[in-house]
Amino acid sequence: MLVALSLGAVMLLTLGANPITGYAALIDGAFGGWDELADTSIKAMPLLLVGVGICIAFRAGVINIGGEGQIIAGAIASTVVALVLPDVSRILLVPLVLVGGAIGGGLWGAIPGVLKAYAGVNEILSTIMMNLVAAQFLSFLLQDLLTDKASGAIKIQQTERLSANADLPLLPGDTRLHLGVMIAILIAVLGHILLFRSALGVRLRAVGHNADASRYAGMPVKKSIVQALAFSGACAGVAGAVLVFGSESHRLIAEGGASGFTQSAGFNGIVAALFGGLSPLAVVPASFFFGGMLTGGISLQQELQVPAALIVALNGIVVLFVVGSLKLQTRLRSWAQEAGSGSLRGSESPPSDHAPQPADSVAISEDSDG
Amino acid sequence: MGDFFTVSVLVATLASGIRLATPFLLAGLGETIGQRSGVLNLGVEGVMLLGAFSAYYITLETGSAVYGILGAIVVGLLIGLAYAFITLIMQAQQGISGIGIYLFGLGFTDLLFQKNVGTPKPIRGLGEVNIPLLSDIPKVGEIFFQHSLPVYFAFALVPLVWFMINKTTFGLNIRAVGETPEAADTLGVSVNRTRLATILIGSTMASLAGAALALEVGIFQQNLTSGQGFIAIALVYFGAWRSYGVMLGALLFGIVQATVLQLKTLGIVEGANSSLLAMAPAVLTIVVLAIVSRRVAAPGALTRPFDRAA
Repeated sequence: MLVALSLGAVMLLTLGANPITGYAALIDGAFGGWDELADTSIKAMPLLLVGVGICIAFRAGVINIGGEGQIIAGAIASTVVALVLPDVSRILLVPLVLVGGAIGGGLWGAIPGVLKAYAGVNEILSTIMMNLVAAQFLSFLLQDLLTDKASGAIKIQQTERLSANADLPLLPGDTRLHLGVMIAILIAVLGHILLFRSALGVRLRAVGHNADASRYAGMPVKKSIVQALAFSGACAGVAGAVLVFGSESHRLIAEGGASGFTQSAGFNGIVAALFGGLSPLAVVPASFFFGGMLTGGISLQQELQVPAALIVALNGIVVLFVVGSLKLQTRLRSWAQEAGSGSLRGSESPPSDHAPQPADSVAISEDSDG
Repeated sequence: MGDFFTVSVLVATLASGIRLATPFLLAGLGETIGQRSGVLNLGVEGVMLLGAFSAYYITLETGSAVYGILGAIVVGLLIGLAYAFITLIMQAQQGISGIGIYLFGLGFTDLLFQKNVGTPKPIRGLGEVNIPLLSDIPKVGEIFFQHSLPVYFAFALVPLVWFMINKTTFGLNIRAVGETPEAADTLGVSVNRTRLATILIGSTMASLAGAALALEVGIFQQNLTSGQGFIAIALVYFGAWRSYGVMLGALLFGIVQATVLQLKTLGIVEGANSSLLAMAPAVLTIVVLAIVSRRVAAPGALTRPFDRAA
């Protein structure tokens, strides 16, 4: 992390900005007041939701790069729910759009899951392709079936203002903070319970740890892979619903392409999840931190004219260093354990213990299930 | 509204298909060499973006596409060194570290573009080189022999890569290291040195693929490659880790892309429907992967780091 930050400083320098004022602007923009903290939390929500999903998938040995597509699928599904049932009372419609998002994202995630389990398709490639498909499909819908049909509507890719009954309620306090924050944290807790306190979680982690051994132990490996990707996609799908119904416009808008809608949360969520050691509860602070980087990046752009794309580049470096140092951590930890501390509880063991397996490790032979 | 099925349109589509296949082919061949040695580089997309930007920017500043290409080669080697360090020495997980390279390339090229260029300025690409005599053949000449140099270079590499992998000692080492690194090590083949070489080759070729793309379209923009690097990786699976197979896949995707573009240009498909059509390459990739994935065997040690001590 320090290395990544200092590389960021070098990048700021070469761009002709003072790194100290740069980081000061970044921190002030991210954490400098209640409004900034609220904005940071809002940016952190989708990262946390996607990140929890990534924890589930990666721990089951499935590399889900499809967060972007799953967010979009969730957003589309939840938007359709709100368009079909605009008059349902708010107390019902808010949960309904969230569930709609979860189902949309879950199905979008399940497709590469099935392809991996039953056709041996590398899930990294299929999830990336599903992202491209979802982005184009969103663009199609927003120009055609779902487009804002109000007369005089500006011709950008957006839906009409969706039913006010589906708006996520604002939290008390005079900020933009809305219910989505609570939902995201709740899902992080649920994700923790699923992974570490349920039989399903034990099975998913066992498959991720050693698919062959799990198969010999009689675990349904194929089903587990589909489940892991479906749950993972469902979390991202909720993020999609939160992005639509927690937005200020209360529309589904793809400004400047699909990544304008997702804000690349599908990728940044991976960064947050890795940084949180693939532990859903630890992803809460990690995503708050990266949410801060994103809001801070915007003020960096405004004050020092440093493009916010810097943050994307920095995130890439963070990923490299986090996965690069896993090996190192494993070694340090095994020394520590040999030294006889033994105080780490099994279920919340450090990331490296259950680090996701290499991409192709969940190899499936023809007659494996059952 | 135009008609797609006329000879001149079909010839133009095939010719542009071959041009569009070139970045896929260059990146795919490089990735093939890497994967045969057991290294998966998922960062191809990011390296392509970095290569595309450096070729674009240097060409813009110097006015010479040759310097642009040289710049892309240097950038490719540098990224290759970084990826080799992360993969071979730090033994990072290859699936995820590649995503790191991708994010870095995506953000960094966007950053540099906004900072140093701002508004898209067109550059003059390499221009076409007509092969004497052959390019004069009606139709055939237009399809195959009126392209820019990177196109010929990429297709000339196909037999060369085949020869290198299958008929040279270096190729034998690559295959040995990719199947059973432990055995190769016992026989005195340096696993990591072989992999360092393939990573450098692969990264340079990905960077050149980006350069070829930027010089072909003559501009740079954020996310210029839009998934082509990832498709190139899928083509390695499609081609069953063989150079001729990768070439077939690259041609297939190039022609599909060219057809989509041609249908849009002719106004046969427009508006929202062109978004639907733009899904075609990605959907095709998924379908192709679903068909071929079970039938071909990946190199035995793909993504497995080699650690002598372990």
